[in-house]
Amino acid sequence: MSRRSDLARYLASRLALAPVMLWLIASLVFLLLRVAPGDPIDALLGTRAPEAARAALRAQLGLDRPLAEQYGRFLGHLLQGDLGQSLTNGEPVTRLIQDSLPASLELGLVSLLLAAILGLAVGFSGIARPEGRLDLAGRLYGIGTYALPPFWAAMVVQLVFAVWLGWLPVGGRFPATLMPPQGTGFYLLDSLRAGDWQQLAGSLRHLVLPAATLGLLLSGIFTNALRLNLRRALGSDYVEAARSRGLSERRVVLHHALPNALLPVLTITGITVASLIGGALLIEVTYSWPGIAFRLQEAIAQRDYPLVQGIVVVVAALVVLVSVLVDLVVALLDPRIRF
Amino acid sequence: MVTSRLGARSLSARMARWGIAIVAFYGLIALFTPLLVHGSLLPDPNAGLENPIYAPPSFGHWCGTDRLGRDVCVRTLAGSSVALQVVLSALVLALVIGVPLGMVSGYLGGGVDRVLVLVMDTLYTLPVLLLSVVLAFLLGRGLPNAAAALCVVYVPQYFRVVRNQSAQVKAELFIEAARSLGAGPAWILRRYLFRNVITSVPVLLTLNAADAVLVLGGLGFLGLGLPETIPEWGSDLQQALTALPTGIWWTALFPGLAMFVLVLGLSFLGEGLEHWLSGAPAGSDG
Repeated sequence: MSRRSDLARYLASRLALAPVMLWLIASLVFLLLRVAPGDPIDALLGTRAPEAARAALRAQLGLDRPLAEQYGRFLGHLLQGDLGQSLTNGEPVTRLIQDSLPASLELGLVSLLLAAILGLAVGFSGIARPEGRLDLAGRLYGIGTYALPPFWAAMVVQLVFAVWLGWLPVGGRFPATLMPPQGTGFYLLDSLRAGDWQQLAGSLRHLVLPAATLGLLLSGIFTNALRLNLRRALGSDYVEAARSRGLSERRVVLHHALPNALLPVLTITGITVASLIGGALLIEVTYSWPGIAFRLQEAIAQRDYPLVQGIVVVVAALVVLVSVLVDLVVALLDPRIRF
Repeated sequence: MVTSRLGARSLSARMARWGIAIVAFYGLIALFTPLLVHGSLLPDPNAGLENPIYAPPSFGHWCGTDRLGRDVCVRTLAGSSVALQVVLSALVLALVIGVPLGMVSGYLGGGVDRVLVLVMDTLYTLPVLLLSVVLAFLLGRGLPNAAAALCVVYVPQYFRVVRNQSAQVKAELFIEAARSLGAGPAWILRRYLFRNVITSVPVLLTLNAADAVLVLGGLGFLGLGLPETIPEWGSDLQQALTALPTGIWWTALFPGLAMFVLVLGLSFLGEGLEHWLSGAPAGSDG
């Protein structure tokens, strides 16, 4: 009974905190964009632009109004899901984000899956002899994949597999000679639904290198998490008890220690999402993958303030939501967690 | 399981040794490259107009030349001094802000503490690279600007660690005793809390330095951070990317490798330190 109500209370507080965090992030981005040195007008038009043009743009952006009013307006629009218009092409920021989000999600999900498989496999391979050669190699693997600069790893992979061997395309998301599949924006899903094998092959060929690179970079997190938790589980009393009952080591590891070690890995997955986004930002740019990070880089290069602001708010919202969601799932799955 | 602990200990010790060696090596390079350039023993990293462009590695230019005919070796060497400078100043700044803030917040508690924790937690939730990209975008290019952009990212980390620890330490008996003897908050913070709390900082500092090298490189790669006249690995790699499809590998290989090894060295040092300081108790990461 008490556990149930405790859980409900925890979930409620966690959920209640999420909007507060989102509001904080949105306000922070808003404030930074306005308080930071450097006038956006200067950035857009240059310091020598005629005063009339500067005033016009200032009015168009609403920058001529008092800060409090701008802030109220920004929050009001945000609540209605309106993130303003792009400065470069006048399109609504929400539409631009919607257009590029599926590409990022597709790359992110496939990479996460690859990272989990690869990382857990490496972490698990050392299990037979903890702190044996394989296990220590797993530790080095974790550090090594972390230390790789994402964009450099991507460039090396590109150079070897696309430029030298010519097996796969250097960049982009889809062959220029084909019509991209229509529908959800997830090309793999769309081409599968349409039953178009040519489209599917085209999307896959473009997806392989970016997803494999990002997957490799993130896999170390899973390796570390599994090794750490497995070690902890293997040192615990219930494993000792299982051993003393004469169970085989294999059974102890697979049936007693592993299930308990896998749950914290889920928490790690939640944390990974944040670094996934950092890594994806650089991977997308390196592979010209037309996702949200690629768009962010374009927006930065063009000094498109509303678009930068919109993308940051949306991505931050995603990160907060995923972290809350993972907490909830872990709380529901793990009866030991008390709050 | 008894024999196995030796393996982890020796790996940690070996990693720490390698870490120290690598970081010291980079420190020496960072120190001597500007001197050698100044004494004309090495060419200027920005000079190259008389050199052939995109020349592959040769005896004249061991790592080849880039799109402006600049020597890739010299630029890579000079990059280490730039990276260490920015990262070091950013982290010192983050320490100077984060540690006192965390100590005061954790010691005093109450409403201010709760608000600070929420703000720092929110900042901490944001992906490091995203936050620093926004900040670097706003602050513009320059050495202090890049350091400031990086610093903000790491303040929450020191704040969190120090705050939690001081909230814990303040309940200890010796603090209680000091208070009952009439010590004021400032005295307690400086005299008792600081020494207890500061022990957790070196590991975090080293690991953050590794991270910051990557983030600085990421910023440079995205065209942010440092001005173009300063040789920096990330921005050199951005320029190498455009030449990559034509098979020009040397402009991409060397700066990236330099970055990778430095991050590896700092990570080794951090992990080794962590095991050494924690005495590698059973159940810790091997």
